[in-house]
Amino acid sequence: MDIGVSKKKLGLKERYSLMTRGLGWEPSYQAIDDVFPMDTFEGIKIHDWEAWEDPFRLTMDSYWKYQAEKDRKLYAIVDAFAQSNGHLTVSDARYINTVKLFVNGLAPIEYMSHRGFAHISRQFRGVGPRVACMMQSLDELRHAQTQIHAISNYNRYYSGMSEFRHHYDHLPYLQVPKSFFEDAASAGPFEFIIAISFAFEYVLTNLVFVPFISGAAYNGDMGAMTFGFSAQSDEARHMTLGLEVVRFVLEQDPANVPIVQKWLDKWTWRGVRLLTLVAMMQDYMLPKRVMSWAEAWEIYFEENCGALFRDLARYGITMPPCVEQVRKERDHLSHMAWCQFYQGRATNNFHTWLPSAEDMDWLSAKYPETFDRYYRPRFEYWAKLEAEGKPFEATGVPMQCQVCQIPMFFTEPGDPLTLAQRHRHYKDEQYHFCSDHCLTIFDDEPEKYIQAVLIGHELFKGNAFAPGTDPTAEGFDPAAAALAFWRIEHGRDNGAHVGSQDEGNFALWRGLASSNAETGNEGAER
Amino acid sequence: MSVRAVRAYEFEARDAEQHFHGARIVYAGWDGHLMFASPYAWPLPPDLPFAAFLAGPLAGAFGQHSDWPLIDWSKATWTRNGEPFVPDLEATIAANGIVHKDSLRFATPGLTGIGGAGI
Repeated sequence: MDIGVSKKKLGLKERYSLMTRGLGWEPSYQAIDDVFPMDTFEGIKIHDWEAWEDPFRLTMDSYWKYQAEKDRKLYAIVDAFAQSNGHLTVSDARYINTVKLFVNGLAPIEYMSHRGFAHISRQFRGVGPRVACMMQSLDELRHAQTQIHAISNYNRYYSGMSEFRHHYDHLPYLQVPKSFFEDAASAGPFEFIIAISFAFEYVLTNLVFVPFISGAAYNGDMGAMTFGFSAQSDEARHMTLGLEVVRFVLEQDPANVPIVQKWLDKWTWRGVRLLTLVAMMQDYMLPKRVMSWAEAWEIYFEENCGALFRDLARYGITMPPCVEQVRKERDHLSHMAWCQFYQGRATNNFHTWLPSAEDMDWLSAKYPETFDRYYRPRFEYWAKLEAEGKPFEATGVPMQCQVCQIPMFFTEPGDPLTLAQRHRHYKDEQYHFCSDHCLTIFDDEPEKYIQAVLIGHELFKGNAFAPGTDPTAEGFDPAAAALAFWRIEHGRDNGAHVGSQDEGNFALWRGLASSNAETGNEGAER
Repeated sequence: MSVRAVRAYEFEARDAEQHFHGARIVYAGWDGHLMFASPYAWPLPPDLPFAAFLAGPLAGAFGQHSDWPLIDWSKATWTRNGEPFVPDLEATIAANGIVHKDSLRFATPGLTGIGGAGI
């Protein structure tokens, strides 16, 4: 009779090897190039996939365990936040607009990131990167979910969040993050991973997360702060992956260097253009501010990334040339953006306001070279118009950059009173750009960007109306039809913060929560 | 340069003139008046007289500015896609040679914006 001998428990190293590299196999009846048809066309040469060093020694079984533990902690806090009416403990009702920006602009790109990494985790023939990409794909899905869950607490009480998915697909300003990510996701797997893992997650990630998550902490938003911390250990892993990818690709073949450099140039610029939204949030939308965009740029780019690029110099990689222009725009970016969002407030799904005298003093202190000279006069004039009861609001459809899709509000570097424009003929058509760098990106792949869906043009084609709308009907109002299609309830979701339903409800509910006052419930309702 | 792709990669321009129901896109911005954050876009009938463009769409967008009524159009200077351009106010958009997605800018000498600050 045999006596069952229990197998020796696997050692950590052995287990790790079996659960990662051990999951791959050599195909026997299909050519390897047919199994992995997408990892060569970009021109990146990989001679030895085994040289890939797994940036995080994590196997699927321990991954589930860690993430489940983090989720348990997170959801305990999210539930407590809901039960204790945590939304009333934030610094000021204006803060909620930051949350709106987050769920509309950032959570959907986390989801797109999940899809992108899922895609490339199928496309690399090396097992190591495939496993790493699969885990990142799951991380990104978890981030999107936890962000949506945490922010759903706000959605029960305030406007502008319930249609975040539809808004991401259609609302004008959200076409900027959407087109950014679709540009990456429609590239090959190497460009995607350099763009997202390195340029975005490594080079720029602190400029995204620190302002939002520290902003949440400073403004008493326990829910958002907690999902930020819950995501932090994942982000650390993602940054390690970004650095490993770039190192691996550069070491495999010298011919990879110029290709990688081109992608770094492109995605650093595209990333910074996207961060315009974050710069604006930091300087204008947080009632209690963390630091200015200019300060964040100095710490997280100039100091941290300066060292990084000095390190990459040994492969022949240089600092992307766009950084020169980013420096020149540093003290203008957030102001230009807020001017745009203020005057285009009818098509936003969050509220805007003019900076108070105190806000403006802070802005002049942080931006001594630019704020008083170029931007304070605008805000003071608009405040005067508001006081006179005739607030300024743009009525035109903005001209957009063909690449970044941002309205052409950027000024010439070094000439803050002249709007920048670049122009190109391609085949039978002409195109316009906000900058030399967006033009360079277009010139490199014009066939890609001539397909860009520019929301202003879609309006004129009649594509921003609900199916069945008859634009020839008598009394047809195109602006109202577009808002209906975008699912923006005019006067509730959009427009000024002062006098908004959100402002009224917040004051009313906070009053109820912090006093014994009986309320006649004057006008504030959901 | 062409796009590196797994197969032939060629597309029609999404915003070709034929998709705009007989109109053509024209952009215009007012130099030295940065109260308006960006230039704007309009779908214009090619047979629209240039003067009607000024009196209609352009006035609709820029007319709220206190400098607008002070503009002497005979002194305004124009560029088209960065090149000097002299429009004939009586002629149509098409007769002025303005084609789809042309970008116009105009400067109004002597008018320096709110408080002379270029806004």
